[in-house]
Amino acid sequence: MKQNYFELFGLKPIFNVELATLESNFRKIQSESHPDRFVTASSAEKLGAMQRATLANEAFLCIKNPADRAKYLLELQGITAISETNTAMPTDFLMQQMEWREATEDAVSAKDITALDRLLAEIRVEANSLQGCLVRLIDVQKDYVAATDTTRKLIFIDKVSEDINRAIEEIDI
Amino acid sequence: MALLQISEPGMSAAPHQHKLAVGIDLGTTNSLVATVKSGMTTVLQDEHGHALLPSVVRYMPEGEVVVGHAAQAQQSNDPVNTIASAKRFMGRSLKDIADRAHIPYNFVDSSDSTKILQLQTRAGLKTPVEISAEILKTLKVRAEKSLGGELVGAVITVPAYFDDAQRQATKDAARLAGLNVLRLLNEPTAAAVAYGLDNAAEGTFVIYDLGGGTFDVSILKLTKGVFEVLATNGDSALGGDDFDHRIYCWILDKIRESTSNFSPLAESDTRLLLTKARQAKEWLTDNYEAQIVCRLSNATLVDVTLTSAQFVDLTQQLVIKTLSPTRKAMRDANLSLEEIKGVVLVGGATRMPQVRHAVEEYFKQTPLTNLDPDKVVALGAAIQANALVGNRSDNELLLLDVTPLSLGLETMGGLVERIIPRNSTLPVARAQDFTTYKDGQTAMSIQVVQGERELVADCRSLARFELRGIPPMVAGAARIRVTFQVDADGLLSVTAREQTNGVESHVVVKPSYGLREDEITLMLKSSFGNAESDKKARMLAEARVSAGAIINSVTLALVSDSNLISEQEKLAIETEIQKLRVITSTEDAVAINKAVDSLNHATEAFAAARMNASVSRALSGKEINTLNL
Repeated sequence: MKQNYFELFGLKPIFNVELATLESNFRKIQSESHPDRFVTASSAEKLGAMQRATLANEAFLCIKNPADRAKYLLELQGITAISETNTAMPTDFLMQQMEWREATEDAVSAKDITALDRLLAEIRVEANSLQGCLVRLIDVQKDYVAATDTTRKLIFIDKVSEDINRAIEEIDI
Repeated sequence: MALLQISEPGMSAAPHQHKLAVGIDLGTTNSLVATVKSGMTTVLQDEHGHALLPSVVRYMPEGEVVVGHAAQAQQSNDPVNTIASAKRFMGRSLKDIADRAHIPYNFVDSSDSTKILQLQTRAGLKTPVEISAEILKTLKVRAEKSLGGELVGAVITVPAYFDDAQRQATKDAARLAGLNVLRLLNEPTAAAVAYGLDNAAEGTFVIYDLGGGTFDVSILKLTKGVFEVLATNGDSALGGDDFDHRIYCWILDKIRESTSNFSPLAESDTRLLLTKARQAKEWLTDNYEAQIVCRLSNATLVDVTLTSAQFVDLTQQLVIKTLSPTRKAMRDANLSLEEIKGVVLVGGATRMPQVRHAVEEYFKQTPLTNLDPDKVVALGAAIQANALVGNRSDNELLLLDVTPLSLGLETMGGLVERIIPRNSTLPVARAQDFTTYKDGQTAMSIQVVQGERELVADCRSLARFELRGIPPMVAGAARIRVTFQVDADGLLSVTAREQTNGVESHVVVKPSYGLREDEITLMLKSSFGNAESDKKARMLAEARVSAGAIINSVTLALVSDSNLISEQEKLAIETEIQKLRVITSTEDAVAINKAVDSLNHATEAFAAARMNASVSRALSGKEINTLNL
């Protein structure tokens, strides 16, 4: 039974998913599949449960995270959003990235967690705006080419956030 | 504090079907065992009415092993053979133990950092696993006596921040004690279950758990019956014992100030002063000063007074140390303080006023303390044990826990490549592809580490996995897919498959720490006295139990879901069941296990069909087995 992640949760394959439904269906699936339900069961059932629960966790994370969700939706259309061969990004976007990275470095040297938190907030605003675009591009216009570019931007800035979070961890020992 | 009784509406199975299961809190300082009986969750007491069992094990001159209060009372008289806080040494090597000078045990010196920690006692060399097994055995006996029957299994709690080595050591101890581990449950999650069910709580809660030797902070989202861990962090080497230690050092300083010739302490003196330090700490919870009076073995009189202000001063850094993991967990969960509905305090050490103040100040709300911080973990474990063995008639309780530490692989230059990030919901799996670098290479070694740092050297080495039997090819041609799976207990297992021709490469796991399989077998043999016949009897009993379990579950499944399979399949399964029934009445353990495997195999497709059907039912909202109360 090869379902895609959306089908697994009984959701339409759109970017603008109803998170509440996703979470409630995730819990329902885990209620049936989690290894805790099969502690005294046969090993065939135990193995099946482990695989099912692991898949449910993976699928849940994928759909919950906006960048992963977009990437996945594009994959369902046969498009690989990001790979070793298509890393080109528009200049103004790259400039923004560089500014953020420089600001991060400065804040890290100054051990300024407040400044880093501010950067994260700024990035979140940009991410929200990109997500708004994706709703339009994927769900309404079905313009998958444009959606691919926007998705790559989202993936990039997610990486910047991740790096900033790591930097904060290193400072806040 | 009033006896905690958590009752759950309409949950208990009929008395004759009720399976005996317990929850065990294997604590650094105290251990407890609890169970759910007639819908009530209670901690089981010993014959003297004690609920708490001090985690102290004494090896007596005549060969007897004494556990608990009696052992604790003799600590100062027999410090080398009376071991307390063995939990601090589980899954650790000698170099992990900081400051051994102040611990009165005889550690076996070893320069080999991979060698398991051992203590020299009059009963021979003992590992922390064996010592903990004694505590578990005592609790098992207590439970079986109290409940009047053999236990089906136990849920054993571990600090959420315990790594793979520490968890495996706990499971090994349970095996030695003859306990079937249903699940290793994280202590904060257990506390959340007890607290959440008792208060019908919903929302996002923080569990701040400061025990004798470990600190955990977990953030959970509670909805009706579902407990979802959002993030967890902690310090598995920080606890109430460290507060004792500060007082102990302060006493030593006072002694040095007053005597001209300070001679090094005998072990009995060390133990005596540590005990006095602990008593002072507990006294200062409700009093402004504590007088510490005792006489050392060299006749020196110790008479000092510690004020609570001084105590706070001495231990301020320890309290501050708990806030860093707390901040990290909040960050990982992406939550602000306003979103936290309540903070639950767990662990005896949270009785200290300065700890309560620090938590209140940080979270800007009064922490919740209406459950006994010593008992709440065992109670939560009992509730889960009850659910896991199937005593509950519903499917309401669901614990979604996470792995506390990131898992990574060693790559070029001693760097870590993260494959499973921390706070991933369990169970979780990740696949990673590898290839060979030499022509004809048939084996490779992968090192897995746990931790958040960039360099392998700064993380804890989990295991070295040796992959053997890779078909010889040109360098770089092989595609070996290695799958890392962390199960619901938080334990890692590894499988490998060579992709180009589908050969499942033989994976030999060499754990960096812990007891090897043969070492455990040896311990099991020696602890069972008459090795051969006992071993056979045990194998037969285990085979029969596993046969009974599968016959039961498959029979029930056929009753409810036989519409999912064809008549032929049903007949095939029933034939296997009958075969197994017949073989189970023989004395041949090997044949029984073979028949169990055979039945397993025959029901694979049926199991998958049932799983799909139940998931579809759940999603479409047609619950056929819930009671509408």
